[in-house]
Amino acid sequence: MHLEYREFLGTLGSNSNSVYMGNKIHVKVNGKDHQHEVEPRLLLVHYLRDTLRLTGTHIGCDTSGCGACTVHMDGQAVKSCTVLAVQADGASITTIEGMANGQLHPLQEGFHQMHGLQCGFCTPGMIMTAADLLSRNSNPSEGEIRHALEGNICRCTGYHNIVKSVQYAAEKINKEVAP
Amino acid sequence: MSTNYIGKSVKRVEDKRFVTGKGNYTDDIVLPGMTHGMFVRSPYAHAKIKGIDTAAAQQMPGVVAIFTGADLAEVNGVPCGWQVNFKSGDTMKEPKHPLLAHGKALHVGDPVAFVIAETREQAKDAADAVEVDYEELPAVTNPAAGVQAGAPLVHDEAPGNVAFDWELGNPKAEVDAALAAAAHVTTLEFVNQRMAPNAIEPRSYIGAYDTTSDKYTLYTSTQNPHLIRLLMCAFVLGIPEHKVRVVGPDVGGGFGSKIFHYTEEALITWCAQKISRPVKWTSTRSEAFMLDAHGRDHVTKAQMGFDANGKITALKVHTYANMGAFLSTFAPAVPTYLHGTLLQGLYTTPKINVDVTAVFTHTNAVDAYRGAGRPEATYLLERLIDLSALEMGVDPVELRLKNLIPPFDGVTQPGYQTQVALQYDSGNYQGVIEKGLAMLGYADFRKAQKEAAESGKLLGVGFSTYIEACGIAPSAVVGSLGARAGLYEVGQVRVQPTGKVSVFTGAHSHGQGHETTFAQVVADKLGIPMEDVDIVHGDSDTVAFGMGTYGSRSLAVGGSAIIKSIDKIVEKGKKIAAHKLEAAPGDMEFANGKFTVKGTDKSLSFGDIALTAYVPHVYPADLEPGLDFSSFYDPTNFTYPFGCHIAVVEVEQETGKVALKRFIAVDDVGNVINPMIVDGQIHGGVAQGIGQALFEGVEYDENGQMTNASYMDYCMPRADDLPMFETGSQVTPCPHNPLGVKGAGEAGCIGSTPAVVNAVIDALWSGGHKVRDILMPLTPERVWTAMQ
Ligand code: FES
Ligand code: FES
Repeated sequence: MHLEYREFLGTLGSNSNSVYMGNKIHVKVNGKDHQHEVEPRLLLVHYLRDTLRLTGTHIGCDTSGCGACTVHMDGQAVKSCTVLAVQADGASITTIEGMANGQLHPLQEGFHQMHGLQCGFCTPGMIMTAADLLSRNSNPSEGEIRHALEGNICRCTGYHNIVKSVQYAAEKINKEVAP
Repeated sequence: MSTNYIGKSVKRVEDKRFVTGKGNYTDDIVLPGMTHGMFVRSPYAHAKIKGIDTAAAQQMPGVVAIFTGADLAEVNGVPCGWQVNFKSGDTMKEPKHPLLAHGKALHVGDPVAFVIAETREQAKDAADAVEVDYEELPAVTNPAAGVQAGAPLVHDEAPGNVAFDWELGNPKAEVDAALAAAAHVTTLEFVNQRMAPNAIEPRSYIGAYDTTSDKYTLYTSTQNPHLIRLLMCAFVLGIPEHKVRVVGPDVGGGFGSKIFHYTEEALITWCAQKISRPVKWTSTRSEAFMLDAHGRDHVTKAQMGFDANGKITALKVHTYANMGAFLSTFAPAVPTYLHGTLLQGLYTTPKINVDVTAVFTHTNAVDAYRGAGRPEATYLLERLIDLSALEMGVDPVELRLKNLIPPFDGVTQPGYQTQVALQYDSGNYQGVIEKGLAMLGYADFRKAQKEAAESGKLLGVGFSTYIEACGIAPSAVVGSLGARAGLYEVGQVRVQPTGKVSVFTGAHSHGQGHETTFAQVVADKLGIPMEDVDIVHGDSDTVAFGMGTYGSRSLAVGGSAIIKSIDKIVEKGKKIAAHKLEAAPGDMEFANGKFTVKGTDKSLSFGDIALTAYVPHVYPADLEPGLDFSSFYDPTNFTYPFGCHIAVVEVEQETGKVALKRFIAVDDVGNVINPMIVDGQIHGGVAQGIGQALFEGVEYDENGQMTNASYMDYCMPRADDLPMFETGSQVTPCPHNPLGVKGAGEAGCIGSTPAVVNAVIDALWSGGHKVRDILMPLTPERVWTAMQ
């Protein structure tokens, strides 16, 4: 198993004499099953980015203050920098890469239509947080949207068009479910 | 020419990859055999490094190499790109900025050792095991304190910690005399606080070296890959430029902070060669707070004099500008040529003198941050004029209008020559103010404010007008002002044989949407669909050269370079078409994607001509095959966007909390290619400017420790802090570039800060609290204290 771990990191050199206490985790990510031996201190965000190479989930801070790393764990938005990979054992994770399903998710479309992104770095986290909001409240007010996104920092947009993007998506989702 | 795209809110081409998580930022890149670096950084603002013991760290698992300042003694430091001389004519003080501190640490976070290991975690563990023996020394962080006798010295070679002093405008004696004769003088001493730029993507670099070709590659989260290559190769590492490829892939915001050549970029490139393996380093947010070049940090005294009719007669300014411990790439230009030269503002002030003392302190470097100098100038002017209105008991809008420069188009009427070197290109300053007032409903607001005050509610409105010098810049002008580089831009347009077009631009997009805006321009000019145009940027191996993106210059300078190349393509296309149609080139015209013999229906499409250029069977004898042109565009002047921003606030009496009720921004950025993108730029800038007014500010304690280096302590504007913004626009085309554009990247950040502060002061006065000024950011505590 150690060999496998080394292969996944692709990095351990010959002068390494460390022995990791392997912790095996099983996770479902974007519908696909994965099993890996991980270091206990490995954060979920690093597991997603480094081990699975799903780099759409970003890291913007080291104090769980920016929300760039937001993913869904068993249907709930979590900041993946505050979760250890071992804590995700048995969980089902959705990342930004898992949001489009043949076609863009209404939020992905909304961000595009309403110019809700500029540099795009905060965008995956914003979309995942907004998706969590819309799953709980399909018709949020402007204030509710702003409140829900308060843990996600965007330096580019001033949030104006992000709010509009979420409103666009809510409208679209409501139209789709309406008979 | 028909325009299918220019002026339309075309949705962005680049969005798809970002909304699906397929962006390619530097930290997303993994190279085979890549190692990871971690810095050991000084915990002290000023300390002697008495010894570094790496023995234990060397033995740690996965460690590949550890470097300290001693290993780099022969390597140059990172250079400063702008030279400002002392008033005496002496060259500014420019102490070496080494890649790793050697002997002394001069600010918290100064890198002392660099540890490279197989994994990030191993590098971190080993960095923790490096033992450094420091002797802590006293530090100074405030620039006004830094120049006092006996202040701790940052560099022995800069006595009094002065990097340079500088003066511009009318002679001080004349300005003093005008102030002495003034009917009213308003004096304000204030601090324009230090800001952390906070691009959400932390800086990230990967250095790689190929032993067989002797070629280096640096992936860097930068706003200007070619500039980094030039500075790093020619000035730091002394390696030949053609052996170095610098790539700025997707970059997650810059706001100025990713313009500069950072020590880490050069160090990582150097290390990659030393260990013959790729090395990656990605900044943590804590490092970003401490080390991404900060903005602002001016300690200023300013005086504005008026005659009995309320006409401004003089302006006198002295600023201590904090440089931090080292001169960052553009740092000397910011408080001088980007600040002092803007002190005319929109007003006819006949006498202006500005005096700047640039000071070294034991803090992180200060350099351009969105707006760079222009927000400081605007804040100064707009706070002064507003306070003057309050003190003189006149309406703040009327006072502004009374002193406004009248409209001029820069074509039939000359540009406006300021007292502080610049000549404005074109302007209609009344227009933006009137539009803003109409959007606000000024008379109604004043009524509502009065009623609110009667019921104990504090409502306030704040105005600000601004002008900025953008589209930097004419190389000869900036050269004479101390720039050590030209500031042209490069645009190559390569028409493929099938008529599809690849455009290579030296501008760099890190959120601005160049892949869309530039494609709109090219598609319209060539009369082809946007889908047929691909914009390539950010790679020194594919793009000939470039000066990058900052100072709202991409479209005004980079776009103009592309237009020059398009003109060459059209001219050559006419020759090819004329030959095929047996007409004279002078009889050809090009419109809507067709080359036509004037006055006939004989024509060939752009695609036909492209193919002929590459399959030149029927072809002019004296013409080379191919359809591919590159151009350098060097502007003849800066561009001068301007606008009027209005904030409406309510201040809670009991707590001092400021609620921003409305924000109106009327901006004139010249012609607009994509209104949606321009609005987005304004929104983002406005949010940053509001952030400075109400929330943000870097704080150092007396030991030089940054006390708010995280998102828990540094208050960023968040979604629930801001209202929807109301934007209005006016168009006064730039008379001196082919697109008539002026630039929109910084406007929001320049106009908004004083508007918000003025609104808070106005609210306080409406309730009888005659507060002159409050230190930014206007936290509830500061506002409440001011009311007592
Ligand atoms: S990286 Fe997780 S909250 Fe910032
Ligand atoms: S789009 Fe750049 S941080 Fe949000």
